[in-house]
Amino acid sequence: MYQVGKIAVLFLIFILGCANSENDPTVLKFWAMGAEGEYVSQLLPEFEKENPNIEVKVQQVPWTAAQEKLITAFASDKLPDVFQLGNTWVPQFHSLSAIENLSEYVEKSTSIDESNYFPGIWDTNVLDSTIYGIPWYIDTRVLYYRSDILKKAGFDHPPRTWDELYEISKSIKKVLADKNKYAIYLPSNEWAPFVIWGLQNNATLLKSNNSYGNFSSPEFKEAFAFITKFHKEKLAPIGMTEVNNVFQAFKDEYFSMYISGPWNIKDFKLWLTDSLENSWMIAPLPAPTDEYPGASLAGGSSLVINSKSEVKQEAWKLIEFLSRKKVQLEFYKLLNDLPAVKSAWMDSIFVNDKFLKVFYTQFLNVKATPKIAEWEQIAFSKIQQYAEYTVREVMTVDEALAALDKDINEILKKRRWLLDKNEQ
Amino acid sequence: MNSSKYKYDSGLGSKKSLIIFLSPALLAILIFFFIPVISAFIMSFTDFSIYALADWNYIQFIGLDNYFRLFDDPLFWIALKNTFYFVITAGPLSIIASLTAAILLSSKLTAFKSFFRLSFFLPVVTTLVAVAIVWRFIYHPNFGLLNYFLSYFGISPIDWLGDPVWAMPAIILMAIWKSFGYNMIIFIAGLQNIPEQLYEAAEIEGANSWHKFHHITLPLLAPTTLFVGIITLIGFFQLFAEPYIMTQGGPLNSTLSIVQYMYQEGFRWWNMGYSAAIAFVLFTIIFTGSIIQLKMKKND
Repeated sequence: MYQVGKIAVLFLIFILGCANSENDPTVLKFWAMGAEGEYVSQLLPEFEKENPNIEVKVQQVPWTAAQEKLITAFASDKLPDVFQLGNTWVPQFHSLSAIENLSEYVEKSTSIDESNYFPGIWDTNVLDSTIYGIPWYIDTRVLYYRSDILKKAGFDHPPRTWDELYEISKSIKKVLADKNKYAIYLPSNEWAPFVIWGLQNNATLLKSNNSYGNFSSPEFKEAFAFITKFHKEKLAPIGMTEVNNVFQAFKDEYFSMYISGPWNIKDFKLWLTDSLENSWMIAPLPAPTDEYPGASLAGGSSLVINSKSEVKQEAWKLIEFLSRKKVQLEFYKLLNDLPAVKSAWMDSIFVNDKFLKVFYTQFLNVKATPKIAEWEQIAFSKIQQYAEYTVREVMTVDEALAALDKDINEILKKRRWLLDKNEQ
Repeated sequence: MNSSKYKYDSGLGSKKSLIIFLSPALLAILIFFFIPVISAFIMSFTDFSIYALADWNYIQFIGLDNYFRLFDDPLFWIALKNTFYFVITAGPLSIIASLTAAILLSSKLTAFKSFFRLSFFLPVVTTLVAVAIVWRFIYHPNFGLLNYFLSYFGISPIDWLGDPVWAMPAIILMAIWKSFGYNMIIFIAGLQNIPEQLYEAAEIEGANSWHKFHHITLPLLAPTTLFVGIITLIGFFQLFAEPYIMTQGGPLNSTLSIVQYMYQEGFRWWNMGYSAAIAFVLFTIIFTGSIIQLKMKKND
């Protein structure tokens, strides 16, 4: 009798176990970087409440190791179902066929609509007229400036054209009359301004289907000569070691203008307090011609789906959830990431914020960098290297850009081989 | 006859057990050392890049092309030159510093020995990232401690990490400070092995301290010095973390080291084939360096 009871109990446990496993929620693996990874889990309980059959497992990946981790994960077939990608990384993961074509999902979706996004940002996720990522949060670069110093130099508005930027810089240098104070900070280890100036001047950075460097083009050369003139005339510091802390340096008038993104707003507010609180502002970037504002970079992060995921529908549900106006606003409140969906920008927080208004204007004119897997290497290693060579006057503008093209052509050798191969 | 047969058998038997006992270690070495090294060697003859991860058909065997490309690559030569500069200056200086510190700490006249030993050894066990932040401030051109100190001698401020001429000396100084404590401990151990009687005998013969150092300490320390020399050579050729954290190879690539270049090509830009070729060039250099050092000591 006792034996039978024991077996019955075991059987019961077995049955319950089976039943339990049938009701187990689908596990959705989600990787997000840095602060996003830390805070996004606060938004997810609501998603899980709406979708009780889905359990989201968030893993936080540090930004510095993110790309390495993602690629290693890809190589070992361990990519999560849905993950965050810096939008310049989308081409790289596309070239690996690691991410899902989202065209059909977007077409069927009732909540995600292209018209609700800034065109320049949306475009960074489009490769061969196919969409691969949905913008999650966005950023771009604007001009930070010290309005009090500009006023001292005789200007009551930020520069609207390149010429004006140059004039203002010269006046600032003159007014401050200190060899350790500069008008603008354009460090050569930040490639963005150098590329932005080229894009503003309508330069095509790469040619022949992005398979050869084209930095020696007259358009880019003009832009590059213009921006490096600031260093040569001591309007911008050449070295980067003096600035251990940009906020301190901006406060100390080491420089009065700086091109940077929304991530610095919070810290500048913290550093420039009391009498300096209203002494700085941001503005859209100046333009080469009168068509103010000039273009800036389309930055930010996108959400993508692993092409080998077995739970793509669930992954898409999560993307839709994170793209809701309400969730995007909550996300902004959590960590100040600017929402990708335009409807969120109509909220009162955004309409009444003087800084956010500037960003909105700038987002209407943003451009993408070349969408190829090698872009990161070109930007971070090569453009920065030759920008530094020019700024320090080791090379002339012509020499530097010719050498840059040569190096880029070497980097793109494999790409050309692949293009040839695919044509055959 | 008998005895030789017996010997033969035991030889075979012990060989078998030898293999059995060694096999776990051998297996580990095979899997985690030889196979990766061999695959890296093969990889250095291919154009393995990020595309290869997507599709193995995208890998091409390109023979010695990677190696030829290296000879044409100005950055490789810059990195090689910087690394040699670092090894040739920092190596001897570091050994001299650690030997001096060891001798001073072994002297009977030194007070607070363990305190000094600890202070000199502390940099070795401190995290490099923390150290680098402190040193960045020491080297700061405007309010750095080093320039402040130098100003007493009428030396105008130097932009230590920002000037292509001074960046490498700055890295060398920091690397020596960071690493000499380790060699110092080895030298102290070596010094303790020198019998006291030798010094006493020399004193009776009327030797001064330089004679004692030159004719007793140095020769008897030779094996230790050889060990320290090779370890330092191998370690310094692999210079990476200091410039990676302090200067990222700049300014103007004046602190770009060969390992850093290899890391960038391999793990930042995923040009694994090219990166593997750099690794084997570095391996050849270190190997040759160690052999030369050993040969030199043997000839002594």
